[in-house]
Amino acid sequence: MMDYNSILSDKVKNIAPSGIRRFFDLLEDKPDAISLGVGEPDFVTPWHIRDAGVYSLEKGFTKYTSNAGLMELRREISNYLYRRFNLYYDPKRQIIVTVGGSEAIDIGIRAVVNPGEEVIIPIPSFVCYGPLVTLAGGVPVYVETKAENEFRLTADELKAAITPKTKLVVLPFPNNPTGAIMEQKDLEAIAEVLRDTNIMVLSDEIYAELSYGEKHVSIANIPDMYERTILINGFSKSHAMTGWRMGYVCAPKEIVKQMVKIHQYLIMSAPTTSQYAAIEAMREGDKDVEMMRNEYNYRRRYLLDELRKMGLDAFEAKGAFYVFPCIKSTGLTSEEFCERLLMAQSVAVIPGNAFGDCGEGFVRMCYATSLEQIKEALRRMRLFLETL
Amino acid sequence: MTEMLRLLEKDARYTPAELATMLGKREEAVREDIAACENDNIILGYGAVIDWERTTEDQVTALIQVKIAPQRNDGYDRIAERIYQFDEVECVYLMSGSYDLAVILTEKSLKEISRFVYAKLAPIEGVTSTATHFIMKKYKDKNRIFSPVVEQEERPLYI
Repeated sequence: MMDYNSILSDKVKNIAPSGIRRFFDLLEDKPDAISLGVGEPDFVTPWHIRDAGVYSLEKGFTKYTSNAGLMELRREISNYLYRRFNLYYDPKRQIIVTVGGSEAIDIGIRAVVNPGEEVIIPIPSFVCYGPLVTLAGGVPVYVETKAENEFRLTADELKAAITPKTKLVVLPFPNNPTGAIMEQKDLEAIAEVLRDTNIMVLSDEIYAELSYGEKHVSIANIPDMYERTILINGFSKSHAMTGWRMGYVCAPKEIVKQMVKIHQYLIMSAPTTSQYAAIEAMREGDKDVEMMRNEYNYRRRYLLDELRKMGLDAFEAKGAFYVFPCIKSTGLTSEEFCERLLMAQSVAVIPGNAFGDCGEGFVRMCYATSLEQIKEALRRMRLFLETL
Repeated sequence: MTEMLRLLEKDARYTPAELATMLGKREEAVREDIAACENDNIILGYGAVIDWERTTEDQVTALIQVKIAPQRNDGYDRIAERIYQFDEVECVYLMSGSYDLAVILTEKSLKEISRFVYAKLAPIEGVTSTATHFIMKKYKDKNRIFSPVVEQEERPLYI
């Protein structure tokens, strides 16, 4: 009999599985529930982008590309970042096309973190940062953002978390699950803390295109921060391309040089078909992005308004496609709320504590689903609240 | 205004209150905008998009290319008017290219379409020729795909 427990990597074993496994098990048994749970666009990738992928297959473009990705694509990404966010990255030395934003996050962390070094991670946030830091030998240091600050990271919170061992700060904005954004003044305050240090920033801006109201500002736009920033972005959320697994990472060339080694041994090159589709998305996709952003914005306003009418406290989430209402007034925990809502009314929303302990008392509702579904979900939620 | 019109074009059932919420405006302002658009004939009407194929109703739609001799002063307008006054005519467009008017009409049978063409349309003074094309199948109309392929695989769980 093999004793797998003694065989398996301690580092991997010690990564905690998702804290809300029980809720997911319940969800699995309710396949017909209206789901405001899943965090991906309800739109299908626009046809002209799909068509470009198909066309590349017809032409027989099925081989590896260069490690960092098709030069044509990197040039388009460079143009796009300049056009949309006023950022310049050299397509030859500063951009790697990755397998989704996830790979970009991983190689960004691994390129800079030494064993024992600390990585500051604001929570609530997407669940991958901590485990990836652990796998890289680093130590995640979680910083709780606060509802009263609209879940933005403040300079004081950041300052308090910095130690001599701090290597990297993750900036996950616009944020999943809270929908929080960081405006220019917020980023300037963060920059002020980091300016005279050697601490790097990993800025996960996968939701950059989904900012409502103020246009998205990257930390790399703030003076002295470009050289400290590893910028993550991708096509999944902005162009409704989750399944294509297309992301990219941009950074100073010294860092990219190291990241590309990891990418080369791990991945070789990102999927070729997806890269051809991504070229089309960069060249002709701006109008799709605008259409989807408008559509999300209608739903966002509607959802927020209805939640408030129900008496739930929800701050004005200005980014991504999530709202993060507070459910403390119901007297239930996040998990109780979600379980009971699911069992009683077949509506799925995600407990806030799935994204860090400080998400307790909140739930994440994703509005990347049709307005009809959102309306029906809200109708049922109102019924549920009346029974409490 | 444009945004509101786009939303109504997509779904005419949105209430002024819903539109106001989605657009971040006051309900009263939206009501006024709608009324103004109706007054100015910007909004001409509200209707459902129906796939009659899926009902028990028999009907045939044809696209008729019409060539006409324009008339002094009125150009094409008077002839177009004489055509669009017929209730069974759904659309009349003035076209560039090898013919002048595109006429789309729906009837219960091929016979009735034929009768319309030879008895009503062709004899109109100024109509010099017609070419009738029957529509065999509608794939998409008014931005709606007819009988869309619905496939729902398993729902992956992730956050």
